[in-house]
Amino acid sequence: MTNKNYETVAYYPGCALEGSGQPYNRSTKEVGKALGLKLEEVKNWNCCGAMEVKNIDPEIQTYLSSRVMSIAAHEMGHKAVMAPCNGCYHNLKKAEYDLSHKENSRAVTKRLSEKAGHQTYEAGQIETIHALDWIKDTIGEDGLKARVKNNLKGLKVANYYGCMYTRPRNIFPEKDQGPGSESTSNPHFMDDLLAASGADNVDFALKTACCGGAHTLSDSDTSTRLVSNILQAAEEAGAEVIATECPTCHSGLEMHQIRAEKKFGTKSNVKIVYFTQLIGLALGLSGRKVGIHENISNSTTLLRSKGFK
Amino acid sequence: MAIHEKHLIRPENLATHDNLVIDGVDVSGDWSTFIRTRAVSDYNEDLQVEIAALPGGEYIHRCWQCGSCTNACTVNELNPDFNPRYWIYLIRMGYESELLRDKDIIWQCVSCNKCTSACPRDVVPEGVMKATAHWLELKGHTATSPSTDFDEIFASQVFHKGKIEDGSILTGFMKRSGQPLIQDWLIEMIKGMLRDLPIRFLFNMGWATLFHPKTKNWGKARAAIEEYVAERDEAHRIALKLDKSVDLHGHHN
Repeated sequence: MTNKNYETVAYYPGCALEGSGQPYNRSTKEVGKALGLKLEEVKNWNCCGAMEVKNIDPEIQTYLSSRVMSIAAHEMGHKAVMAPCNGCYHNLKKAEYDLSHKENSRAVTKRLSEKAGHQTYEAGQIETIHALDWIKDTIGEDGLKARVKNNLKGLKVANYYGCMYTRPRNIFPEKDQGPGSESTSNPHFMDDLLAASGADNVDFALKTACCGGAHTLSDSDTSTRLVSNILQAAEEAGAEVIATECPTCHSGLEMHQIRAEKKFGTKSNVKIVYFTQLIGLALGLSGRKVGIHENISNSTTLLRSKGFK
Repeated sequence: MAIHEKHLIRPENLATHDNLVIDGVDVSGDWSTFIRTRAVSDYNEDLQVEIAALPGGEYIHRCWQCGSCTNACTVNELNPDFNPRYWIYLIRMGYESELLRDKDIIWQCVSCNKCTSACPRDVVPEGVMKATAHWLELKGHTATSPSTDFDEIFASQVFHKGKIEDGSILTGFMKRSGQPLIQDWLIEMIKGMLRDLPIRFLFNMGWATLFHPKTKNWGKARAAIEEYVAERDEAHRIALKLDKSVDLHGHHN
């Protein structure tokens, strides 16, 4: 069942997708192309502010995110902006929430926008969606099932959503709205899409656990311990791959999987793959096309053994 | 998940006698246990106001001490001393000296927002952790934490260019925190990156170094942000009664 249509959306890749999250960028675009969905990149976009600017001053983060929404809504005339990165998605949602609830956020955003010389973004002028909403709402599970060429049958997947996609719940008013909506305590959109692609999803308790991405470099041991928990739980659940939906989580899992082995002697074999890469494979795209070879975690052998090229 | 609470009686305040006989009764060891009286006289009555003046701390006054934050906390599971509920209590009571006992771990909050999602009073405990960590730094109780170092490097790149480039954030941070770039796990990671794509990888690294990604015509936005930051700095300086010599950003510049 599809209820919303996002056939053409403004695309906000964000900084990470132009750097370490390159394979996520590539696979998202390829999947969009294969599904006949149009992505128009936000013109001359800027960083959403990430967690780091929020820590310095949350109002500046709100302004930075609002500038992206302003361009997408006012200069490009879009109704929806799609961000595959959990951090960007979260920040745009947070800015939307703050701008509709806090007078001070509105005042600071107005002041900075006017001085920067662009139209001030006001709450409600555009809708922010995640890559998961984009596929789930426009194509839907049945639509995806009908388009699958190489189904993922036999591939055991742990779906990992991380923190920023669901928390804090107040910035996602469309979630927890009963059947069909996404849940903040037990998210399932990725599970649904991968199941429609034929994957065997495992029962994974840590789908919204924290990977310690905020301190991946500044407190690496904490991050390594948190990532080790996730990797171990996924393996114990029988997963061969962990599907990710966030470049920070993805590179965090990859980096700390290596670090856990080097520093603490904890070895794990589970592979880390973006969910868009898995959907791309199911749609018949080659591993190279969706950037499997660009992941640090080497899943080529595993995927070849399952019949994917 | 159990709430690992702070024990109100500290081990060093428990006293026993190895050999003690009173009126012919042997009360050695645990039988003579008593607790040394502890009087708190150094309240900082402005503590809550100061924390509330920093970004993230605004809603601390709403807390009714239910403990949902500590119960949900990711870091508390790794270290039971990491206790947001307790710190919020100390701040609201003005127990500055008690708070300072934990000054070196407060910055370790991973911002997973489990506390903020669980809080029934919209205290935003995650924000309070950030405000408290900044307060400790600004008041000179701790050195700048690695987390703040990272935030400062990241934010300054965003303020200057509109975008960040993750490779230079990594090298910038390793340099500032005095860590060598040659770490066994980093080398292993780079080997993983080079596995199938040496040419693209080298090309990308070179490209990013030569042409730092930036937002076009960013100058006016940068000036507006910098002006705003300077105003906020001044407001924080006044709220925390800091003198002009305190460097509010980075401390390393």
